[in-house]
Amino acid sequence: MDLEELLNKPGEWLKGKGPDSHIIVSSRIRLARNIKGFVFPNKMDLKQSQEAFEQIQKAQAKSSILRSFNFLKMEEFSTLDKELLLERHLVSQEHITTSQGKALLLRKDEVCSIMINEEDHLRIQVIKSGFDLYDTWEIASKIEAEFAKNLDFAFSGSIGYLTSCPTNVGTGIRASCMLHLPGLIMTKRINRILELVAKLSFTTRGFFGEGTQAIGNFFQVSNQITLGLSESEILSNLAGVIKQLKSQEMEAREYMVSKYKLSMEDRIWRALGTLKSSRLIASNETLSHLSLLRLGMDLGIIRGLDTELINNLFIIIQPAHLQKIYKKKLSHQERDSIRATLLREKLEKISI
Amino acid sequence: MLCDVCTKNPATVHLTEIIAGKIIEVHLCEECAKKKSEEFQKQFNITNFLSELVNVDPAGKTGLPALHCSNCGLTYQEFKKKGRLGCPQCYEDFKSQLQPLLRRMQGSSRHRGKTPKIKIKKEIPFDERMKELKAYLERAIKLEEYEEAARIRDEIRELERKNKKSKPNNR
Repeated sequence: MDLEELLNKPGEWLKGKGPDSHIIVSSRIRLARNIKGFVFPNKMDLKQSQEAFEQIQKAQAKSSILRSFNFLKMEEFSTLDKELLLERHLVSQEHITTSQGKALLLRKDEVCSIMINEEDHLRIQVIKSGFDLYDTWEIASKIEAEFAKNLDFAFSGSIGYLTSCPTNVGTGIRASCMLHLPGLIMTKRINRILELVAKLSFTTRGFFGEGTQAIGNFFQVSNQITLGLSESEILSNLAGVIKQLKSQEMEAREYMVSKYKLSMEDRIWRALGTLKSSRLIASNETLSHLSLLRLGMDLGIIRGLDTELINNLFIIIQPAHLQKIYKKKLSHQERDSIRATLLREKLEKISI
Repeated sequence: MLCDVCTKNPATVHLTEIIAGKIIEVHLCEECAKKKSEEFQKQFNITNFLSELVNVDPAGKTGLPALHCSNCGLTYQEFKKKGRLGCPQCYEDFKSQLQPLLRRMQGSSRHRGKTPKIKIKKEIPFDERMKELKAYLERAIKLEEYEEAARIRDEIRELERKNKKSKPNNR
């Protein structure tokens, strides 16, 4: 599979469709499973990881659902390609740091990607746009069941599915939503709210998952507890928190519009102005302007821009994407210049 | 703006961190920033978190051979350092250490989620299998997961039918 194909369009989760997608950008489920009779990936030698590959590939070949997935060995990718996959949220940082014995099963529409031999033998990830945790879970569960037809998973009657890290044991499920919360940042309510979220045993992370900063006002909120609750309890608890965050964000936006309409409009138009006229622009600066632009679109201040186009910009202005699009290795400064050019082109049609 | 720590010198370093779901903005002067930088490098991570929760030292002081997994050989010390177990057997061999850890970390040490579709295996004796299935059934009913309960009920019936069939043959 040629990764260039991916560049033509954004992954399904960036389409800006689905319920509440103006605040809840995407919903994600990750399921961790290990194959019985194997040590976990961190203890595997090359031969054992090869054997696990074979078992997984056999299970894939027997399933009509899994057969259409591309089986991609991580060591066959260049560093740039691996970073591209990371920027598209298809693999984790850990999966590209060392690539020996690791693989990726990828569905073409990028709704589902399965990391093989990351921390666990199987990490099934499903991402959809909008607020759609249950549907996302249905897909993940179905894919897991397909594997289970031909693979025996490591399971204990008392503590459930066994995972390499005890933070995932039990259901092995990590459910999360990506939220765009500029209103809560502007009204400075975000800290208090995230503290509360943490008290309820939910984790908040940045745009690129574990260990990353909150950039462009995006936050990923996920369940921390994987044991002692059923999957549906975990999902409905998370959904409750996400709904709360959404209504808090809407309230914050309304407050900003009613109290500081002019200064909000000023910030949003200036963001568009900067994006349309920069000659050099770093990715973090771009993301914060794009965030304001999205807010402007949500509030009806800026019209005539396609949500999918803007959502896609969040991804394609990242370093690996720029280098793939322009088909050459770019230095830091060259990237800033090309990023500015790309933004001017993409935003050409909208006038200030 | 003055430094948050010494409140004397002007702040020149501005840090934003998310720690445990909390955004913390810190403004520091150069001197305090140097001191702080060490602290920030030791960011919250799962390994530290785990080793703080686990205070068992099975090797060290007692002089006994290190607690280790009988299958993959991972020692409990290594787990404490890396935060990763080596294989499914580790859960069994470190059971007495892991159970309190799971309760503190997860709030529970009992799985209540999905279970794999159980394949009938000959080596499991009928009585044991039956007991297991009945426990699953009870739990599914408690959780009001009736679809799952119905599936288990059917499995129990199937098992009973097979058991009846096989018995005359054995005699």
